[in-house]
Amino acid sequence: MSGTEGRGLVLEEKLLFESSVPGRVGYSLADLDVPNVLPDESLIRSELTGFPELSEVDVIRHYTRLSTWNYGVDSGFYPLGSCTMKYNPKINEKTARMPGFAELHPHSPDSLSQGALELMYELQIALGEVSGFPAITLQPAAGAQGEFAGMLMIRAYHESRGEKRSKVLIPDTAHGTNPASAALCGYDVVPIASDGLLSASAVAEAMSDDVAGLMITNPNTLGLYEQEIIEICRIVHAGGGLVYCDGANLNALMGISRPGDIGIDVMHFNLHKTFSTPHGGGGPGAGPVGVVEALEPFMPIPRVVKVDGGYRLDCDRPQSIGRVKAFAGHFGILVRAYTYILAMGGEGLKRATELAVLNANYVRARLEGVFDLPYKQRSLHEVVFSENNLPNDCHTLDVAKRLIDYGFHPPTIYFPLVIKGALMIEPTETESKQALDEFCDALMAIAKEAQDNPELLKQAPVRAKMRRLDETAAARKPVLRWEA
Amino acid sequence: MRYLPHTDNDIQQMLETISVDRIEDLFSGIPSSCRLSRPLDIASAAAESELVVRLQELSGRNASVSDWDAFLGGGSYNHFIPAVVDHLVSRSEFYTAYTPYQPEISQGTLQAIFEFQTLICQLTGMDIANASMYDGASACAEAVLLALRCARKRNKVLLSSALHPQYRETVRTYCRYLQVEIEEIPYTESFATDLETLKGQLDDQVAAVVAGYPNYFGRVEDVAALAEVTHGQGARLITAVAEPLALALFKSPGELGADVVVGEGQSFGIPLSYGGPGIGFFAVKKQDMRALPGRLVGETVDQDGKRGYVLTLATREQHIRRERATSNICSNQGMCTLIVGIYLALHGKQGLRLLAEQNYAKAAYARQRIAQLKGFQVMQGESFNEFVVICSEPAADLRARLEQAQILAGIPLVSDYPEQQRSLLVCVTEQNSREQIDRLVTELAGGAA
Amino acid sequence: MEFPEELKYTEEHEWVSLDGDIVTIGVTDFAQDQLGDVVFVELPEVGEQVQGGKPFGVVESVKAVSDVYAPVSGEVIEINDALPDDPELINNSPYEEGWMLKIRLTTPAELEELMSVEAYQDFIEG
Repeated sequence: MSGTEGRGLVLEEKLLFESSVPGRVGYSLADLDVPNVLPDESLIRSELTGFPELSEVDVIRHYTRLSTWNYGVDSGFYPLGSCTMKYNPKINEKTARMPGFAELHPHSPDSLSQGALELMYELQIALGEVSGFPAITLQPAAGAQGEFAGMLMIRAYHESRGEKRSKVLIPDTAHGTNPASAALCGYDVVPIASDGLLSASAVAEAMSDDVAGLMITNPNTLGLYEQEIIEICRIVHAGGGLVYCDGANLNALMGISRPGDIGIDVMHFNLHKTFSTPHGGGGPGAGPVGVVEALEPFMPIPRVVKVDGGYRLDCDRPQSIGRVKAFAGHFGILVRAYTYILAMGGEGLKRATELAVLNANYVRARLEGVFDLPYKQRSLHEVVFSENNLPNDCHTLDVAKRLIDYGFHPPTIYFPLVIKGALMIEPTETESKQALDEFCDALMAIAKEAQDNPELLKQAPVRAKMRRLDETAAARKPVLRWEA
Repeated sequence: MRYLPHTDNDIQQMLETISVDRIEDLFSGIPSSCRLSRPLDIASAAAESELVVRLQELSGRNASVSDWDAFLGGGSYNHFIPAVVDHLVSRSEFYTAYTPYQPEISQGTLQAIFEFQTLICQLTGMDIANASMYDGASACAEAVLLALRCARKRNKVLLSSALHPQYRETVRTYCRYLQVEIEEIPYTESFATDLETLKGQLDDQVAAVVAGYPNYFGRVEDVAALAEVTHGQGARLITAVAEPLALALFKSPGELGADVVVGEGQSFGIPLSYGGPGIGFFAVKKQDMRALPGRLVGETVDQDGKRGYVLTLATREQHIRRERATSNICSNQGMCTLIVGIYLALHGKQGLRLLAEQNYAKAAYARQRIAQLKGFQVMQGESFNEFVVICSEPAADLRARLEQAQILAGIPLVSDYPEQQRSLLVCVTEQNSREQIDRLVTELAGGAA
Repeated sequence: MEFPEELKYTEEHEWVSLDGDIVTIGVTDFAQDQLGDVVFVELPEVGEQVQGGKPFGVVESVKAVSDVYAPVSGEVIEINDALPDDPELINNSPYEEGWMLKIRLTTPAELEELMSVEAYQDFIEG
């Protein structure tokens, strides 16, 4: 049977390599207008064995079919907690493709890149205003790289003062990237237990001369604002340490509270979360970092600076931690984020935060009582339920998979680790009340199914392209590429 | 605001359900001492028509390679991007999705990554490739960390000084606090890694040797010889490929004995975009599979026995292993893997080879014409689409002079190699017509005369 | 769940069987059940010294990694070569085919610290 066999119009599609037909081409190349010469034969490779041979139509159909098996924010509600899956404005895509941006070479001299540099400089100013930090670097490629750069700056700061501190404190609700980034800076990680919120006394107890700093997420991954944050920062500072803030949840704070004003020393932004740039099926994102004055000399190179008559990239910074990647950051993503900030304006950003928090609290209000809510404090942009109320040996995974049958992307599951079977919902501000109602209705229906007909959950999904996949088999005998 | 769907009526009903009076009440969990008491000092919202004007104005003040005759490479390459690429990546099912955590509704992304991993293996001659890293430079740094992890007690790394300067800087940043000793290997007069010096530098403390292929100067290094001496001391050879189109013409690093092949995939359909985002690729031999950083997609079956794809071997990663993970990376360059897959599928076995041959021939033509100019020398030895030109005046002056003729003549090497004051790195791709090359030669001659 | 009477147990859920000065080590039925489907096992090499109370290897399921601790100190004299290819042996046969390694005991006194089957059952129910 042909490669298009499928269920209705959910088409099947073989791998590129399996569809290949020898001699078929999908490229067009101008005739060579210079003499044809080749390198010495001993250096030349044999043909690209296994490479596909397809027409343009083949390629278009292949990827178009693949795309129909995906679910994106444009398909529907995507309440993935901690990921801030807000709508990605279409104008952002258009501006990023403007020729002066998309076709600008990174080795172009500063004098011929003034528009790009001005954009970056203005974005730095805007991010500084939202966060309260006087200095911003746009270089890191993603949030995790921003964390890494931030922790390197903390270490460089201590070392510049002749201090060898070896430990970093991290609460148990933290993203896994936090300990991994700290370890990459040569630090030992000291976990701190929190009971939903981090207590100043727990931090005081863990603080010592050997502690370089604390990595905190605020609001934390339960959506709770750290009540004792000011006191916590004071304790860490008094002990000679610095405070890093994971900015993953900045969407809860714009225009409301600024990390730079409350004692945080370093924070990364996730432009693909808070500032609407697309998640792209896993990336690329961008992870700018804001720091207090004292850390500015250690920022990665290059720095975008304003000088007489324009802007330039400054690499002459002797105390810098160095580069974390080539060139000046994910510029294409920066253009999108800048476009978003212009479109929203200062008031609009604050409004986005208010409505994101409204949406999360609305979902919470509608589902509390249906699902178990372990932490009852006032939550902000997201809400985390547990699997504790689920009957008939139904688990969070089953609820998530059943949501697919109802036409929704599941929330983040099994994170944070402090909640049993966490179901972490972050609606974002771009969802309407009607969308939230449909989602809550679906979850309530699923809760009822768990009671009356648990098999519906355990067999789910049945309406997606695939049934549940065997991840154990994939890990036991890894097949990581196609082979003839 | 057009992105915010709430009507006053919606808000009122929602507040009632929540049982609070005003939206402000929802923020009562934030202590008043943590509140911002003034509005954000950011201009008010711009209409779409207004912001387009602003962005066009900024865009217009940059030198687009469509408007200039550009001979710039140095880790970022101006290749033609077929219309198909932008058409397909603009499908929002791809670009508005996130990490394929739910494989049942993410098979598009997952299959595309599986195909990407396969294409990278085929191109590099390696066994396994991951789902991608941020860029070539950070992939190179992660490759060094992999080698250190696998070699356990060894703590020294040798970087060819002919490796891309920004890749070297990134490796240094990543190793900054990990007690790693980094030494550089000098380059020869013909701009290749100095094999003889390397032999003396290698000892049983070296975990990895890192060289470009082609290197920063465009030289096609003798990877087989580098592999032989490196393996002689039990170290891994990492080759970093900033211009992967070269691999469609020259022997693959895997075939020549490299243990880890990393590089930058921007050449394959990704816009220059002032240097990012690009995509780092990362490929290893089977033995290093479990030491890989980053995501991996693997094949499996669903409950009905139907073939499908999932993220796999995740226990290496930060969300599970936390501080003991193989890397802190938490994403891949999703959209860019898609672009690379589309671009390579479209060019295919024949097209990619032909394109590489055209790049080679055009650069050879330019190189030969410039070599004939009085006052100019060109680098000796085999290169792909990039080569060093040694001028009779400081290269920065020359570049500035050619800017007057709307030509971006190349990259002066002096800022990264102070001893190369008169050297210019010139890149020629299929985007440079013979007419452009001839004009470059004429303008260069104008200055030298 | 099964817990053979002739074995000794640890709080980290390993079992130990003694034959002269040779000790065989694996993980308990309880441990394999908690782990879920085992997909990968990392073992030390023959000849290496392991130290009582310290990790000697790793057992992985799809979404979890667990260290395996040496109940007693000694030199590794044999490892279960079948595990790398068939990690599911740990799930299917934790006490027989799923054994992990044999070591030559250096500090017999360490055996005193181990739990009897009754003590272990109390421990996991505790």
